Order: sequence, then C-alpha cells, then structure tokens
Amino acid sequence: MTVRRRTALGPLPAWAEIVVLPLVNIALAFVVVGVIVAIIGIDPFHALRLLVLGAIGSSESIGYTLYYATNFMFTGLAVAVAFHAGLFNIGGEGQAYIGGLGCGLAVLALGDVVPGWFLVPLAIAAAALFGAGWAAVPAWLQAWRGSHIVITTIMFNFIASALMVYLMVNVLIAPGSMTPASRAFAASGWIPSMHDVLRAAGIPIAASALNLSIVLALLCCFAVWVFLWHTPGGYALRTMGHSPEAAVYAGTNLKRTTMVAMCFSGALAGFVGVNELMGVHHRIVLDFPAGYGFAGIAVALMGRNHPLGVMLAALLFGALQQGGTELAFEIPSITREMVVVIQGLIILFSGALVHLPRPWLQYLFASRY
Amino acid sequence: MDEALTFFLLTLASMARVATPLVLCAMGGLFAEKSGIVDIGLEGKMLMAAFFAAASAAVTGSAWAGVGAAILAAVALAVLHGLACITYRGNQVVSGVAINILAAGLTVVLGTAWFARGGQTPPLTGSQRLPSLFLPNAGDNILVYAALLSVPLTWWIVERTRFGLRLRAVGEMPFAVDAAGISVAWLRYRAMLICGLFAGLAGAYLSIGQNAGFSRDMTAGQGFIALAAIIFGKWRPLPTFGACLIFGLLDAMAIRLQGVRVPGLGEVPVQLILAMPYLLAVFLLAGFIGRAVAPKASGVPYVKEH
Repeated sequence: MTVRRRTALGPLPAWAEIVVLPLVNIALAFVVVGVIVAIIGIDPFHALRLLVLGAIGSSESIGYTLYYATNFMFTGLAVAVAFHAGLFNIGGEGQAYIGGLGCGLAVLALGDVVPGWFLVPLAIAAAALFGAGWAAVPAWLQAWRGSHIVITTIMFNFIASALMVYLMVNVLIAPGSMTPASRAFAASGWIPSMHDVLRAAGIPIAASALNLSIVLALLCCFAVWVFLWHTPGGYALRTMGHSPEAAVYAGTNLKRTTMVAMCFSGALAGFVGVNELMGVHHRIVLDFPAGYGFAGIAVALMGRNHPLGVMLAALLFGALQQGGTELAFEIPSITREMVVVIQGLIILFSGALVHLPRPWLQYLFASRY
Repeated sequence: MDEALTFFLLTLASMARVATPLVLCAMGGLFAEKSGIVDIGLEGKMLMAAFFAAASAAVTGSAWAGVGAAILAAVALAVLHGLACITYRGNQVVSGVAINILAAGLTVVLGTAWFARGGQTPPLTGSQRLPSLFLPNAGDNILVYAALLSVPLTWWIVERTRFGLRLRAVGEMPFAVDAAGISVAWLRYRAMLICGLFAGLAGAYLSIGQNAGFSRDMTAGQGFIALAAIIFGKWRPLPTFGACLIFGLLDAMAIRLQGVRVPGLGEVPVQLILAMPYLLAVFLLAGFIGRAVAPKASGVPYVKEH
C-alpha cells in the first residue's frame, strides 16, 4: 500500500507550486553557498549576517540595493520577454553595453543644444533603439538564417565588448584623458539622483547611486505585463513560445514575432545604460554592464518570468549585490565574485534543477492526507 | 625562400597552439551533442579545469597532478550537467549557462581565498608545466598531440563502434534505443563523462601548457567557439576539426596582422583582430556556407514511457 502511494504522487497544490517550490530551490542554492563559504574557512552565519546588514543595514545601503535592483529589473525583464517567446537571450550584456552607447552618444551630441526635458526622453529612446538594434541582428540570423540564437547572442557580447573598447580608446575618449572614458555629460542629460529629488521634497535620505531610473524600471515592469498579457502582439508572442505550430495555425508570422520579441528584449537591456551612465557615471565608461546581463537570466528564472516576480527577484539580487560588496569589504578573503557564484547556483537550482525538490514536496504533501 | 618557410612554419605552429584547446573541447562537445545533449557549459568546464590544473600544479609541483585535477573538475561539472539534463529533465541551455556563471565566479572566489592574488594562481615554472616533447620551446606538449589523436579516435568511436552507433541513435531517436532495451540515461551519462574528460584536457592545456598559470576568464569564449565549430562541422569529427583549424589559423594570422598597415584602410585596429573569431563564428553559423542539421533529439529530455 505504501509503495503504491509513493509511486502515484499527485500534483502539488497551486500555492506550493508558486511559493514553496521556488523558496526551496533558493534555499538549496544558499545551502551550497554556505558550504563553499565554509570551505574557504569562514563562518557562513557570520558572512550571512554581514551580507544582510550590508544590504539593508542603513539608508545608504538600501539606496544602493535599490540602484542595483534597477539594473536587475531591466535585464530580468529582457530575459523574461524573450523566454515567453521561446527564445533564450544571453546577449543582455552586449545589448546593455550598446544601449549605453546609444544614450551616451545622444547626450554627448545634444547635451548643450536642447533642454533636459527633451534630451532625457530622447536619450532613453536612443538607449532602447541601440539595445534593440544589437538584439535585432541575432534575431534576424535566427529567423531567416537558422543560426542558434544562444550562440549568436553570446558572440555578440564579445563583439560589443571589442567594439566599445575600440570606440572608447580611439574615438570617444576625452581629449587629454589617460583613462578610456568620454567627456562628462552636460547636466541637462543627467537623470536626477533620488536623494536630490527627495531632499527637494523635504525628505532627507543618505546619498547613494539610486536615481530616478528606478521609476523607468517600474514602468517597464508594468509595460511588459500589459504587453504580454493584454495585447494581441503579446498573445502571439506567448503562443509562439508555447507552440510555434499553433502560432502559425493562428496566423502568426513567426519571423516577425521573433524580431519583435528580441527587439523588445534588447531595448529593455539597453536601459541598463540609462541607469549607469545617465544616472551615475555621467559619462560613457568601459565595462559598466558588469555581469548584469547574465544575472538577468537568474532574475527571470527566479521571478518565473512574470514582471511581478522579476521585480521581487531583482530586489533580492540588488540586496545580494550590495551585501556582497560590503561583505567583500569586511572579509578580504571573500571577493565580490561570491555574488556571481550565488547567481550561478540560483540559475542552477531554480532553472535547470527546478524539478529536483518536487518529489520531496509531493511526498510531504501526499503523506499529510 | 627560407624566410617564407620560416613564416609558414611559425604560423603553422601558432595555429596548432591556438587550435589545440578548441579541438579537445569540440571533440568533447561532439559526444554530448551526438547523444542529444546541448552543452553550452563547455566554456565553464574548461575554465574550471584550467583553474584546478593550475592550482594543483602550483600546490603539488607536478603538472600531471594538474592534468588529473583538471579532468576531475570538468567531469564533476559534466555529471552535474547530466544530473540536471538527464535525471531531472531540466532545460539544457539553462543548465549550461548556470555552469558557465558558476565557473566564472567560483574560480575567482577559490583562487582569491587560496592564493590571494586577485583570482590568479601563482606563476608556474619548470615541472609545474607540461614540457615540450620534440621541438624545444615550441610548446608542443603532450596535449597538442592528444588533440591531434582525439580526432581519429572520436571518429572511430562514433562511426565504427557499437557504443558510437548507440550514441548516434540516442541523439536521433531515444525511444528506439529504449525499446531495444538499452538505457538512454546511462548512454547519455557516458557521453557526458567523455565530454568532461576532453574539456578537462582543454582546460589543463590553457593554464599549464600554453600559459604559466590561471587568470580569470582565461577561456575567453573558446568553449563557445568550439561549439560553433561543432555546428559548422555538421556534428562530424573531421569537419569539426577543420573548423577548429580555421579558427586557429585566423587567430595565428590575426596576431601577425597586429600593427600592419593595410593599404587604403590604415592600421588594423587591435580590437577588430580580437573580435575576428567571434565575427567568423557568427558568419559561419549564419549558414552562408551550407546549412547544418542537428541531431533530432538535441535538447529534448527523454521521458521513459511506462
């Protein structure tokens, strides 16, 4: 009798599927991280305490957490939109890089010519356009030439990196500068920082890199939700992701939908440039995407490809990034790359090994009744 | 005349040096791909192997310990990939990406904790590195010859043995293999073990053969290039080997192009030279030179019917 019950485990209740299973997946990832930290010779609980304190311990650290979360929202949404279309966009890194080039060029070219209320939206549009353009080539190659989009987007990351180094070193470098960075943006092309805005409104908070780009990120979450679930285009996109045959039968043009999905995805990734360059650096710098594009995969997987989930996952990843930076500062033998390890493990456990704990939970739920 | 011959030989030698890790990695990837498992994680396996090779060689003083550790590290990741893709039927691309990111982070974390050199291993000298076998200072260590041997070996295993036949079958029609009473999972696991072995050798070559130590992200996309070579080689050992040689030749020529002025264009930017392999990979994969057909069951987890 017991044997029979073990083989015929029923499906999990919906709330367990949506809440418990993802939490178990993340818990597993953190258990492994704890083991790695212990191997290095550091008390995992001490490290965890430092990490949490570093992430949300002060108004300044909360500001940085939200600033990192802004980047993760952009790249997480980018990966999620492509996922819904059945496409795997690993090129967020390159699209963010080129998107930053787009908004940077717009601000450098028009900074002293047009007023800020016109320049900032224009530069944001340029970031979207450049990011989308960089995603459009692999999309075209996949739709018309049958290349594997995973490999082409990876190659485009390397190509974007080489292109940016060339442009920064040879073309855009500020005259007389030794480091490869462009001249500073005119102040009309800056995105206001959150502490300035709130101080003007009479609420003093600690200075941090957090800027109004987070509003753009939240708007993007909403826009993605509306697009995917409340427009014919989003419906066609999701249909293609579920079953290309069904989409064709319903009259969807797969090639066009592939282009739409990847361009939308690339534009979202390109907004990382807005947060980083217009919000913080105020010039074009090298290597600002710093792994956000890859981390977007983890964010999307953890957020189950839903904008609300992506938002929550981005907050957790922002906290990890900020906490990890503080942790590396406190304990020299731990580097910031520990955050990369955590991201990799989260992709592993909430993506590839997502079915690992399911039988355990099924057994747990089955034995209760 | 002598000068031309020297130039030719030097280019040939540097092509062999660059192509060696690509060939080893591609032959490993071929086994995984033939069995129906997409292995984006080649890059991560190679990186992890390179790190453990250099770390073990630095600690023990023996290059052979390095090779052993590299194989163990890559095989461990290959088994992890197998666990995710074969046993738990997860998304193979996601698993590969996870392995790549994990390797990129873990190598730096462990390297910093153990050697405190910002993710690098100590520079290796003497017996800690693989010696040249026949030509002094040419860098023709044993793994270069292993790479050359791996091609006919892979061809023979895949095309001429019973295991190879089953391997090809499991990548095309796993249910037929299952119906014949052969375990799909065990076949695919064996393919992953072989893949890990080759990726391990490729990683060891990078850090204790070609270079004298590990530096962060030292694979620089070569795992992906190897994957592109497999696709361009239409999942067959000899054409894949040819594709690896094209990448090697391009790299060897690119190194010689540095600083050379091309008439009408001026000096070739070094970044363009660095981006050439990636551009070539995109171009080759775009099917401008013939279209490739992947194993049919590629990327599809097998669910045993009851």
